[in-house]
Amino acid sequence: MVSRSLLLKILSALILFGAWEIAGRIPVSLAFPTFLESMSALFRMMGDGTLWVAYAETLQPLVVGVAISAFLGIGIGLWVGLSKTFDWLFSPIFIVMQAAPLAALIPLLVLAYGIGLTSKVLVVCIMAMPVIVLNTSSAVRNTPNSMKEMARSYLASDLDVILKVIIPAASPVIFAGLRLGVSAGFIGAILAELKITPTGVGDIITFSRSIADYPSMYAAIFSIILLAVLFLNLLEAIESTLFKGNQRGYVSD
Amino acid sequence: MDMSQTDAPIEPVDAAHESAVSTRNISKNYGEVEALRDLSLEFPRGQLTSLLGPSGCGKTTLLKIIAGLLEPTSGEVEVNGKTVTGPGPDRAFVFQDFALLPWASVIRNVAFGLEMRGVPKAEREDRAAHYIKEVGLGGFENAYPHELSGGMRQRVGLARALSVDSQVLLMDEPFSAVDEQTRRKFQEDLLNLVRNENKTFIFVTHSIEEAVYVSDQIAILLPRPSRVSEIIRPTGFRHKDADNIRRDPEYLDIVDQIWASLRTYVE
Repeated sequence: MVSRSLLLKILSALILFGAWEIAGRIPVSLAFPTFLESMSALFRMMGDGTLWVAYAETLQPLVVGVAISAFLGIGIGLWVGLSKTFDWLFSPIFIVMQAAPLAALIPLLVLAYGIGLTSKVLVVCIMAMPVIVLNTSSAVRNTPNSMKEMARSYLASDLDVILKVIIPAASPVIFAGLRLGVSAGFIGAILAELKITPTGVGDIITFSRSIADYPSMYAAIFSIILLAVLFLNLLEAIESTLFKGNQRGYVSD
Repeated sequence: MDMSQTDAPIEPVDAAHESAVSTRNISKNYGEVEALRDLSLEFPRGQLTSLLGPSGCGKTTLLKIIAGLLEPTSGEVEVNGKTVTGPGPDRAFVFQDFALLPWASVIRNVAFGLEMRGVPKAEREDRAAHYIKEVGLGGFENAYPHELSGGMRQRVGLARALSVDSQVLLMDEPFSAVDEQTRRKFQEDLLNLVRNENKTFIFVTHSIEEAVYVSDQIAILLPRPSRVSEIIRPTGFRHKDADNIRRDPEYLDIVDQIWASLRTYVE
């Protein structure tokens, strides 16, 4: 079964890249390079080091922003999920944050925090945090009541109930929120580099577009997607080692 | 026919010190709704008492009040002479939906109560393994709940309740979510358990046959607001072995009699 799902994944990638190659060869647009051209640009940038230098720049707001969003987001989400008062106090903020047109807000952030790392981290956080908070809080609220009662009847303290029942029970939805949040964080990091100051990967994209080096531009975009996918897979691996029995439903339910 | 009945409220059948659990004048309101009104009941030590009644009669509410999971609006519960203020080590609960932790293996689920009591890991796993064997799940220690059938999952729930060695076992419709054949096996096993373990069992069920089959004492609850209408103590066939109970005339009479008094309350 595992090898079959792997085969299907490879097949799906082959179909996608094949379609890309064909579309590039037709070509659908002069600004659309083929898959192979993009890959050779990618390897060239990896070879001469430009890509690594760019990522050293891009990863700073990304890692800091995603880390803040994950810790703060799960923390606030737990709090909001456990207490009605904090639900009413905080939920509206994150719902507004999620719905806000971020690109339009970036000039305000730049005005307040300048063009440095702070603004970029904030953009990543605004993208990543709401979905983490909202998923965590709803998962916490939906912990099956009988599990909490079970823990209390076997003399669990309030802290035990949170650590040994609520958090593990909520973990699949918390991780789903983390995955969505992290992908949104990647989008936020690139958005910040395109809208605030062109640095890192955003700079490669902006610069190669301005000199019509489309293979490099698509190579940069491809690399960020690849990184996001790898990171999401890592998250999934962490989740399945931490909570083994959780992913599968009950056979007879 | 050897069978004692009285009208509610009931005086204890045995002397007061023979009661492991007593509930005194319990009332429970949910806002406007009166779930239980002035309910007093004695649960004799070492015996199995069933709470039987139509749905909505508050039998699970009463059980959760005894467990300390719900607070009564008024009245009090005593377990071994001590007033209940919350869950305690003297009571263990078996849940209708099993309430297992899906991310934990069978042995961790069974050891959960011991873990909460601060028993060291090696010791609690020894004791858990012992009770897993006792309920007939030897070899499944490292399985996860989703790999087990409904009946096996309830055996895990039962092992968890036995492993903490509480004096009182509270069972909330424990067999209602398992199939008919498994349920019969469970009922037979329960009879042996009551006979062999010196524990007091309080058993909520909506099945008349099940109640008569397993109980030393049956409290019939009637709804809106809930009160004890009768107490029935089937005694004539208690000494018989499991196979012959269902053919005993007294068993059949009691089943009929309970149905006669309940039928008007069933919509």
